[in-house]
Amino acid sequence: MSSNIRTPMDAAVNATTLTPNGEKPVTEVATQPSRRAFLTTGGTALVLGFVVPRLARAEGLANGIMTPEAASAAGVQLNAFVSIDTAGKVTLMSHRSEMGQGAYSVVPQILAEELEVDIATIAIVVAEGDPQKYGSQLTGGSSTVRGGITQLLKTGATARDMLVRAAATRWNVAPDTCKARLGQVTHTASGRTLGYGALVEDAAKLTPNKDVALKDRKDWTLIGKPIPRADTPLKVNGSARFGIDVRIPGMLFAVVERSPRFVGKVKSFDATKALLVPGVKHVVKTERDVFGKMREGVAVVATSTWAAIKGRRALVVEWDNTGIPEVSSASLTAALKTSLSSKPLNAKTKGDVAAALGATPAVDAIYETPYQAHACMEPINCTAHVTDTAAEIWGPVQAPDWNRGHLAGALKLPMEKVKVNMTFLGGGFGRKAFTDFPLEAALVSRAVKAPVQVVWTREDDLSVGPFRPGAIYHLRGALKDGKISAIEATMAAQNLMEQEPGDTPKKPNDNVTEGLAETYLEMVPNYQFGDVPLVSPVPVMWWRSVYSSTNSFAYESFLDEMARAAKMDPIAFRRQHFDSPRLHALVDKLESVSGWKDRKAGTGYGMSLTYCFSSWAAHVVKVSKAGTGIRIDKVWTVLDCGVAVNPDVIRQQVEGSIVMALGAAVTHEVTFAMGSAVKKNFDTYQLPRLRDIPPIEVHIMENGEPAGGVGEPGLPGLTPALTNAIYDLTGSRIRKLPFDLAKV
Amino acid sequence: MKTKLTVNGRTHEVDADADTPLLWVLRDHLGLTGTKYGCGIARCGACTVHVDGRAVRSCRQELQTVAATAKITTIETLDQNARGKALQEAWIEHSVPQCGYCQSGFLMAATSLLERTPNPTDAQIDTAISNLCRCGTYPRMHAAIRSAARRLTTSEAP
Ligand code: FES
Ligand code: FES
Repeated sequence: MSSNIRTPMDAAVNATTLTPNGEKPVTEVATQPSRRAFLTTGGTALVLGFVVPRLARAEGLANGIMTPEAASAAGVQLNAFVSIDTAGKVTLMSHRSEMGQGAYSVVPQILAEELEVDIATIAIVVAEGDPQKYGSQLTGGSSTVRGGITQLLKTGATARDMLVRAAATRWNVAPDTCKARLGQVTHTASGRTLGYGALVEDAAKLTPNKDVALKDRKDWTLIGKPIPRADTPLKVNGSARFGIDVRIPGMLFAVVERSPRFVGKVKSFDATKALLVPGVKHVVKTERDVFGKMREGVAVVATSTWAAIKGRRALVVEWDNTGIPEVSSASLTAALKTSLSSKPLNAKTKGDVAAALGATPAVDAIYETPYQAHACMEPINCTAHVTDTAAEIWGPVQAPDWNRGHLAGALKLPMEKVKVNMTFLGGGFGRKAFTDFPLEAALVSRAVKAPVQVVWTREDDLSVGPFRPGAIYHLRGALKDGKISAIEATMAAQNLMEQEPGDTPKKPNDNVTEGLAETYLEMVPNYQFGDVPLVSPVPVMWWRSVYSSTNSFAYESFLDEMARAAKMDPIAFRRQHFDSPRLHALVDKLESVSGWKDRKAGTGYGMSLTYCFSSWAAHVVKVSKAGTGIRIDKVWTVLDCGVAVNPDVIRQQVEGSIVMALGAAVTHEVTFAMGSAVKKNFDTYQLPRLRDIPPIEVHIMENGEPAGGVGEPGLPGLTPALTNAIYDLTGSRIRKLPFDLAKV
Repeated sequence: MKTKLTVNGRTHEVDADADTPLLWVLRDHLGLTGTKYGCGIARCGACTVHVDGRAVRSCRQELQTVAATAKITTIETLDQNARGKALQEAWIEHSVPQCGYCQSGFLMAATSLLERTPNPTDAQIDTAISNLCRCGTYPRMHAAIRSAARRLTTSEAP
């Protein structure tokens, strides 16, 4: 099937066969259409880019959108974001990665809205990592749309305005008597039309207007429509190329034995037996940088992945674990629980909490959440080719610009000699924003002087980390006249910023309220939110929805307990704590779609309301008894993400968030024993399957509020809505995750 | 060791150890990267291919256990199978994939289900397909499989 999406790999090598000894050198990968490339291939083109806002400000440029000519006159880097050639073909540079969130569809959808072209005619070229050109390229924090929408609309509008002006000049009429639609400009009175292709040459000579008026929301024809994703055809026939599918002539494959104690050093290794395995070529020590600290490993490099795996089984490594504390799940939990009684670093306080709580708080509870792995279906991997003078990587990376900087620094190469190519990501969830694994691949490639693909086995993926930190919360609350008069919240967890032995975190963790609706902070007269940071050799990092993924379980369970203590309906109880019409509309919708008011005997209903990456999500979960356990009958979710660019893509993201939350609530966790994460694969780290998924109904609020995140906000509230429903049905309160639905 | 292998209608001579899982033969020796590695222990189904029309988890199928006469089909030629093609179309229509990594395996498993059970119920789908998807694309799969099944049974009717 053909597609309009071109990733670096398609340009690099046609990988139907893998030649063991490359005839062609690697490297020349066309990812960035230069203006010259257009001039030589498609004739004169209209190229518009934007200067990274930070640089535009520094240069005193009022409008960051400009042509290459203007940019070179101003001496700034331009990113050739949109180009239209003389055939009228539109090319859009995608500087964000596609990891399942539909980036290659929603981004053109926004652009086409103002550019007035048929979205199907937009070709996507995946950009390489270049912060000078694109600013942050991190695909994280649910930022693909909310971070880019204004720039995209403006760029589209600016280009369209130039094309209209070019046509008007040609016809000698006023620009405002002309209209652009579906790739052509029409003079309304005379009916004359010209395609964009015929106009680009003239348009390219014009100066972009500043602040071209954007369409009114009611005139949108594309934004808000469930336009089918452009990448789907590639994903049903095996042709979407992920990082692990990168094939380069002469490449080798490697797996790495990494320190089971996270920061252990290689004392010695014996490669004799490994090197006897047919196909194994090299065994080399390697390392990767996690939070500035090198983690060591020994790589087995072979002519196929299987040979490398077999070689690794025959490899003997002796580790030096001197001074590394020996953690276990029990010791981590005990340390976190003990921390709860020490004085927290207070991030947010108001009023007099101690006085308001008094001697007997209405609720006094501890909530526990486990460590989790990202478990992207595409395991961590990266392909690198490093020579003495240059480095190039191809991989499933969420932050190509970070990788480029990290590699240049670590390999001591100038930035322009480091090339980072993004492939499709088989899931990311935060893990693939981390730059350790490309560096590891690069170091192996440099050591063996060949292109190398390092693949993490599933066991590596689930036991090496970084993981989502487990967190334990102590919450106490007081009521006055049926409303919350005080909240005292203490979180004990590793702080992502300062997490290891040797770190001495002194700054309170502001993220202790992430996921909690700000409205409680406004309405509650007394509160104190703080954290007691734990340091441990276990590496931790962000995981889909970050702190909200654990915070919300604690807060939304606590609020349910508070509602029960106030003898009030959980929705009615929450309503007292906000004024915002937007929030009331959200909760009204939730109440009506879920049939909250017509609940039947023998069923349990639970709800939650969370705020994450600028979007609101409200869930209701319905449960009933099944044998000795619980069955989830249905999930209703209402999302308010402001402008909803593509409702179908949004639904996908919310459904996926619910499934991911469900697994973390009821089936899997990372555990530790004798200083290491317990080796797991999908037999012991069980993800939900088709048969475990309840019916999910997603509703999206229609409003014109600024675009919020979509990829993560659906996740944090599912679990508390579920445990609140179980309480509603059975009267038993679940305060520790994960739990077994069959044994509630 | 040289082994003859018929994949997608073409016979290849593969030089790989007898214990090499079919998955790595396909991916690393034949460059057929549409079949994915997810776990290597027959738990996730990302590596599902058809061997003589039957869905097989190729990560646990050693090369030496593949019969010389076996006909292997991978996602790359699934569209040549009427059921496979109908499922691919239904997948697009229902916008099933997110990251897409697991989808080859699901489509191979679903095709094999429709071969045996042309009109599966949701319960039959749940029992037959135990593949894993981390992006959580499951909620759309029942409807997609049923619509493919419907299309096939009506078009096959005389
Ligand atoms: S890779 Fe074969 S079942 Fe997971
Ligand atoms: S679509 Fe990403 S794992 Fe299934």
